[in-house]
Amino acid sequence: MEKIKLNRKWCKGCGLCIEICPKNVYDREAKVSTKGFKEIIVKNPDLCNQCQLCELLCPDLAITIEKTKKDAKVNK
Amino acid sequence: MSEHLYKYLRPEAFPTPFCAGCGHGILMNAILRAVDELQLDFNKIVFVSGIGCGAWIPSPHFAADTLHTLHGRPIAYATGVKLFNPDLKVIVISGDGDLAAIGGNHLIHAARRNIELTVICANNSIYGMTGGQVSPTTPKYAKTMTTAKGNPEEPFDLCKLTVACGARYVSRYTVYHIKPLINSIKKAMTTKGFAFVDVVSPCPTQFGRRNKQPTLYEMFNDLKARAIRYETAKGLKKDELTGKIIIGEFNE
Repeated sequence: MEKIKLNRKWCKGCGLCIEICPKNVYDREAKVSTKGFKEIIVKNPDLCNQCQLCELLCPDLAITIEKTKKDAKVNK
Repeated sequence: MSEHLYKYLRPEAFPTPFCAGCGHGILMNAILRAVDELQLDFNKIVFVSGIGCGAWIPSPHFAADTLHTLHGRPIAYATGVKLFNPDLKVIVISGDGDLAAIGGNHLIHAARRNIELTVICANNSIYGMTGGQVSPTTPKYAKTMTTAKGNPEEPFDLCKLTVACGARYVSRYTVYHIKPLINSIKKAMTTKGFAFVDVVSPCPTQFGRRNKQPTLYEMFNDLKARAIRYETAKGLKKDELTGKIIIGEFNE
């Protein structure tokens, strides 16, 4: 049930998703990668409540959140 | 970004050329969402941009016709495109240094003539690409590379300027207010006449790090604290509005 897609080729590691996520889904890796920053990882995907803040506000268009059928019912 | 929006992009142009934490990427997302929600034909849209960071939003990234023109002249080119083929929807996306500083005359005269253009100003209140010099929209007392002791001058209010020149639809939002921004871009794209959207976008690399806001999140908190609704701002005096960002629709 992987519903958060993080495009790591497009991500530049500004860290907005870590700060803005109300559920602490994202985190950074411990080591600096070859790109020159600590890359973002999806640490707790189960906690995601699909508010889509990170998808709307990601400056590099790197995050995609797929709405599941179960959550679509909740929204109704 | 949602997968249904990928059809509007040229994936070979990504990742974007913006610095980490640049607000222009958020504006790119908002424009594509507005186009998608309006169900506009992307083949009938021409995006025109000038020179600067903000001009990189449409130019290699959108899978529509794009014009990357001379510095300060995107509105002049867009007028030509609109005159040649009035069926096309012409959208100008450029920065504040492009539209307000060097192309300021084109902006006010396009508003005066009420040409059917949608002008979106990616306003990061600094000349980002050339190293962080003071621009006409830099807030008072803000530190830049050329004003190390704080900007002594009052900034341009582009919205009041275009309203005074006769634009049909004028609004200002920050990229933090993403949902109203998308709705505002949708309204601007459907306006019959000159529409102007001033989008305040954070620049952590050149503006933020000289003003004690080195990350995008800290700049977002600053935008949140400085933003004030147009209706609320009407009752306030000029001194109280120094440094504030008036958001909302200016000519309802």
